[in-house]
Amino acid sequence: MIVANHLTKRYLGGFEAIRDVSFEINAGAMALLRGHSGAGKTTLLKLMGAIERPTSGILTIGGQNLLTLRKKALPFLRRNIGLVFQDQKLLFDRPALENVLLPLEVIGLPLREAQRRARAALDKVGLLSRERAYPIALSGGEQQRLAIARAVVNRPSILLVDEPTANLDDESARQVLDLFAAFNQVGVTVIISTHAPHKIPGRDLRILTLDHGQLLL
Amino acid sequence: MKAWFRQHLAAFSRAVRRLAAAPLNTLLSLLVIGIAMTLPAAGYVFLDNIHALGADRANVQQISLFMEIGASTREVAAVRKRAEALIPGQWRFVPRDDALRQLKNTEGMAEIIAALPKNPLPDAFILEPADSSAENLERLYEQFVTFPGIAHAQLDSAWIKRFNAFLRLGIQTVNLLALVFAVGLVAVTFNTIRLQVMAQAEEIEVARLIGATDAFVRRPFYYSGILQGALGGLAAIFFLLTGLAVLNPSVTQLASLYGSDFTLHPPGFVYSSLLVILGAFLGWLGAQLSVSLALRHMK
Ligand SMILES: Nc1ncnc2c1ncn2[C@@H]1O[C@H](COP(=O)(O)OP(=O)(O)O)[C@@H](O)[C@H]1O
Ligand SMILES: [Mg+2]
Repeated sequence: MIVANHLTKRYLGGFEAIRDVSFEINAGAMALLRGHSGAGKTTLLKLMGAIERPTSGILTIGGQNLLTLRKKALPFLRRNIGLVFQDQKLLFDRPALENVLLPLEVIGLPLREAQRRARAALDKVGLLSRERAYPIALSGGEQQRLAIARAVVNRPSILLVDEPTANLDDESARQVLDLFAAFNQVGVTVIISTHAPHKIPGRDLRILTLDHGQLLL
Repeated sequence: MKAWFRQHLAAFSRAVRRLAAAPLNTLLSLLVIGIAMTLPAAGYVFLDNIHALGADRANVQQISLFMEIGASTREVAAVRKRAEALIPGQWRFVPRDDALRQLKNTEGMAEIIAALPKNPLPDAFILEPADSSAENLERLYEQFVTFPGIAHAQLDSAWIKRFNAFLRLGIQTVNLLALVFAVGLVAVTFNTIRLQVMAQAEEIEVARLIGATDAFVRRPFYYSGILQGALGGLAAIFFLLTGLAVLNPSVTQLASLYGSDFTLHPPGFVYSSLLVILGAFLGWLGAQLSVSLALRHMK
């Protein structure tokens, strides 16, 4: 469960990207984070992903308050949260499989087990046949799915996705959204940001709308 | 424990892969590190050899007294009496005829001596006091240097002193040299690791985002520095052995001219291991400084 209470994020320089935001998202839910460009969607996702630290208020994930969490504990929290960045942050110097292996190397899994799991993740997103392909050789939709494979390979309980369909055609967008629905089906909490309205398949769809850093009710 | 070992093994193999990914850079920095370590290491090996050479002669501490050629038997007897009074039984007399006979036995000298009209050598006394401390030798020397009939007194420990003074100076010089090159080695690894960190900036950023600990990020660079230093040390040993192999024929030839069987000895196992360990340590130090600085910039 994710709980935000009077959550505020002020960036260096004083700009408040998130202002006094409160909400709850149940474990296993599917949530849509909407808002205009610059509304604070990415910032909120980064806060929930323990990438940015809250300035004030309360943000707890699975009972852990991110505001008071020790810095040393952050990496371990992040391993339980899959993040798909808007710019994907794929590593272009290595093939698809190696990209998916990285999170498993980080947790120190033996190589064989890691490869098995990385291939399973690639299979889930339909990229197993492209495991040797470098990201540059993949289409936009395939790159997005590769980023998703990397985000889920550690079997996180929360999946945060930033504007996954922004650069995709309708068919690729459809595939990607179906993937999230499938992960949600097996119990993963999925939070997707988007600046465009989308029909998202899934039960228990929460919709949060941000406007200039504040949550609209 | 097993997980710990696996993580270090993984970091080590990442370090090897990164070094292998830029073979030319790696080779060049190994060369630089190797050469930087060779110079002071060669200095120590050289000094060690010289020291061993000196140690061979160190216990020959004696005073030679050369009589005037025309010294009277009375004068010789007076020296004999004084020597027996001061250091009974710890001296010997070398009559000039014996000295000449000895010289004749030295290779190549026989013809030269045969050509001499008369014996050019003086009578001599060799004083070998049981107490061969520098002070005692000095005191004895003072007793005889102005003695009537003695042309020349030679304190044979003097060269040992001079030799040791030079040796000390040599060691100090090489120590200084080693310090300078150690700093250089740290600087070289600092730079190569800095370049590696920059080349890996994206991977480091992503790894951190998906939950890599600081240790996970740093470890491969530490291994990289350690590897470079250790391999540089091995290169230095190789250069040293090669250098000795090249020099030794000339050295032995030169030494044989002076009737010595002196050869340069290669560094032993302990010394070689120390060189590798020291290289590894300095490499680690350079990596440590470099990674800390580079990561602070990246944050
Ligand atoms: N690192 C940052 N430093 C300062 N301001 C930032 C930073 N990141 C985002 N912002 C600002 O915060 C606001 C919200 O940004 P963001 O969360 O990216 O919005 P969205 O993802 O909804 O488009 C924007 O006005 C943006 O300029
Ligand atoms: Mg955004």
